[in-house]
Amino acid sequence: MIAFIIRRLLQSIIVMIAVAAVSFALFCFVGDPISSMVGQEASIADRQALRDSLGLNDPIPVQFGRFIGNALQGEFGISYRLQMPVTELILQRLPATLELALVSGTLAFISGLGLGVYTALRRRGVLSNIIMTGSLIGVSLPTFLIGVLLIWVFAVELRWLPSNGRGQVVALGNWWTTGFLTPSGRLALILPAITLGLYQMTLIMRLVRAELLEVLRSDYIKFARARGLPARAVNFGHALKNTLVPVITITGLQLGSIIAFAIITETVFNWPGVGALFISSVRFVDVPVMSAYLMMIALIFVVINLIVDLLYYAVDPRLRIDRAAQSH
Amino acid sequence: MTPDSQPPAAKAPGRLYRAWDSDLAYKFRTSPVAIVATIVVLVVVVCAVFAPLIAPMNPYNPAALNLMNGFTPPMEPNAFTGEVFLLGTDGQGRDMLSTIMYGTRTSLFVGAMAVLFAMVLGISIGLFAGWQGGWVDSALMRVADVQLAFPAILIALLVFGIARGFLPDNLRDQLAIWVLIVAIGLSDWVQFARVVRGASMVEKNKEYVQAARVIGAHPLKIMFRHILPNVMGPVLVIATISLALAIIAEATLSFLGVGVPPTQPSLGTLIRVGQGFLISGEWWILLFPAVTLLALALSVNLLGDWLRDALNPRLR
Amino acid sequence: MTDAVTEPLLSVRDLVVEFPTRRGVLRALDRVSFDIMPGEVLGMVGESGAGKSITGASIIGLIEPPGRIAGGEIRLKGERIDNLRPEAMRRVRGRRIGMVFQDPLTSLNPLYTVAQQLIETIRTHMDVSEAEARKRAVALLDRVGIPAAARRIDDYPHHFSGGMRQRVVIALALCAEPELVIADEPTTALDVSVQAQIIEVLKDICAERGAAVMLITHDMGVIAETADRVAVLYAGRMAETGPVREVITEALHPYTAGLMGSIPTLTQETDRLVQIPGSMPRLDAIPPGCAFNPRCEHAFAPCREIRPDLMPQGGGREVACWLYDPAKAGELRDA
Repeated sequence: MIAFIIRRLLQSIIVMIAVAAVSFALFCFVGDPISSMVGQEASIADRQALRDSLGLNDPIPVQFGRFIGNALQGEFGISYRLQMPVTELILQRLPATLELALVSGTLAFISGLGLGVYTALRRRGVLSNIIMTGSLIGVSLPTFLIGVLLIWVFAVELRWLPSNGRGQVVALGNWWTTGFLTPSGRLALILPAITLGLYQMTLIMRLVRAELLEVLRSDYIKFARARGLPARAVNFGHALKNTLVPVITITGLQLGSIIAFAIITETVFNWPGVGALFISSVRFVDVPVMSAYLMMIALIFVVINLIVDLLYYAVDPRLRIDRAAQSH
Repeated sequence: MTPDSQPPAAKAPGRLYRAWDSDLAYKFRTSPVAIVATIVVLVVVVCAVFAPLIAPMNPYNPAALNLMNGFTPPMEPNAFTGEVFLLGTDGQGRDMLSTIMYGTRTSLFVGAMAVLFAMVLGISIGLFAGWQGGWVDSALMRVADVQLAFPAILIALLVFGIARGFLPDNLRDQLAIWVLIVAIGLSDWVQFARVVRGASMVEKNKEYVQAARVIGAHPLKIMFRHILPNVMGPVLVIATISLALAIIAEATLSFLGVGVPPTQPSLGTLIRVGQGFLISGEWWILLFPAVTLLALALSVNLLGDWLRDALNPRLR
Repeated sequence: MTDAVTEPLLSVRDLVVEFPTRRGVLRALDRVSFDIMPGEVLGMVGESGAGKSITGASIIGLIEPPGRIAGGEIRLKGERIDNLRPEAMRRVRGRRIGMVFQDPLTSLNPLYTVAQQLIETIRTHMDVSEAEARKRAVALLDRVGIPAAARRIDDYPHHFSGGMRQRVVIALALCAEPELVIADEPTTALDVSVQAQIIEVLKDICAERGAAVMLITHDMGVIAETADRVAVLYAGRMAETGPVREVITEALHPYTAGLMGSIPTLTQETDRLVQIPGSMPRLDAIPPGCAFNPRCEHAFAPCREIRPDLMPQGGGREVACWLYDPAKAGELRDA
């Protein structure tokens, strides 16, 4: 068990270093920080002086080391576009994205699980077919289109929900801001959460259904039926439990991608999160922001992957190799 | 004691008949979903490919534009010129039907090329990794696994951003389409590589491959003649679904403003423009491109899904 | 010794099982009939695809759709069970009819301990407390030969070897005390050295509880050692039934004779093993008349036109072959 954790940790660190290398490469080769910092009129000598003072003429490995050192302290430089420290920018906007991701993720998982189980158990029913057709549409609808259409129906035509922004937010502690505590905040969460969650929900639903159907075909389910176990025990006690193991793994991994998909939703709804920040940084080639966002996303992914692996280990007894040594 | 009758004598069927009667063709013929989806895709593809020939007008020829035609609702005569447009016009008097046709053209082009790129890249890497085995294979598959953990859109955005940063300003717009194709393709090669690699490893150990190697046949020839045909089924399914994903990816990137240049709008660009006009009530500028995109992506997805079920021997 | 005529425990009459396919309806079983007496071991033999497993599945009501029972009757102690409502059939499964499957490695749910699976099954069919169920489970495991049963009962399936797992499966099949146990190729997936032990366990524990066994296998050796009576299936039809000793030493149906001759033995001197030319026909290409006629060296005219039904030959033997009633065959031909 300990060996397993250590191995995974090492792997994670390697991935992080690889991502850091890519981020650093961005800094080195894309765009020119000096031009963004001084005007057109600065002389060549001045630019050189600036380069020296910023350490940009040092050998690459030294710069990389400095980069990593800075990153570990949360220091990512200054945004070219906004002339603000990148770390501050990101932290300011992170709560908005995290709240959105959490709400839509939970929504997606619960409804996806429920619908998936239903359509697997009632394969040939009319409602199942409707749901499955709907799911295909869900997978073919790009996220941004869902957002735009929702805005049209609920914000423009019906005027029930806002199409823009987070509503009123309340500060918690000295960093977090939440929209849960105000009515306008809660209303503003609805459309973006649905937009972000719909694709995930469809994915989860189809995954659950496919896995459940596969499990229902297995020998131990046949044997369970042959023993006369009631349908509820077979479907939920045996089949569902075996389905949940891969489903939870994949859903956990999806959490990371929700945060990335937030890029689109935030753009459609003008949601002040890190995703929207990233898009504008790509548009304007604002390298410090791009590279910091990259590192942050990589970190989130790596941590989630690690947690999911540990969870898998806890749930599936086959992975606990210690006891197997005592067999027969 | 039941008397049975003689079975009729069987005749040898011709090749066309066997293709028609094959499992796959039979399933296609009897699946209304597959037929409808194929028709939709064909219609859209034909309109897109032949747009310059069959569109009512060329929406990107400034000389043909009449600003007075702007904002005409669908099927209603324009207040000033009296012209009728099937799907209405946008803010600058462009016929929506034409803009959609041209837009679909761009979307399809980018999508198809991206999938082609992903396929070539993925199959090459897969064949190579499977054939070589050992640490080459491990390394390549590690990279694939890590990439698979990240959402494709992020990777496409990253590649796009980096390429953008490298290119001097004046070339950015011109090459944007190709950068986009490479970006989307790079985000999508992994599935192809995995499937082909798996097949590679299986076939590599079979006797006929070893025999061919002993004779001195070139590895590339072995790979293409023997391994590839075995794996075409799954590759086709992945390609179809990848096409839908690529179309959606391109539309998303264009919508976000980091896709096709403004001079060559795709369906994504059109939708972003349309969103701007929602509040003022010109709903048709949004609706028709949206419906087209949805119909295209949905049909391709349906085909891919159907293909997957049809080729899966265990789902009978 | 009583001479009272015993009622069969299981009685199958003219069972027809069909599979609709796009090329038409396939008959996997075409009017199959046989009986199983209480406490006896009936061996069901035949090649792959002859319909043995389908027969077992039909009896316990677990045919995979779109397959379905299209005709005939299955009676357990005189009551029909082939037309029961799903809930009623569920109560029959496990409690009155148990089933053992072929592959022990996939028959057990990997996420539950053996104890959990046994206790669940026991308490589904019997109204006992958890503690009582556990006691019975441990006793049962011990009976099937799992060493240190009280400790190992809390292990997961993957902690057991193949042979051990099959013993657990047998325990599970019998824990609700059924009257009939259907064993579908119970040893095919096991090492040869373990096969004999498992059959032994199965036979003993069933004999102890007075449960009848329907042993489905293609291995004639197992049948010879274990079964009381044997039923031979060919292309979805019953070819011959009878007491094991007699069918083996003096097979009536030409197919059975071919089967017996093809088994290598240590005692008999033979130059070559008997080989039946040709192969069993596919379900969509069964010849008219007797299904075996193209391969049969004794075939004569009626064999190619009229299908023979099972005909009693005395001493509990039946055979479906015109060789044993050529007169009747002639009559039917002229009719």
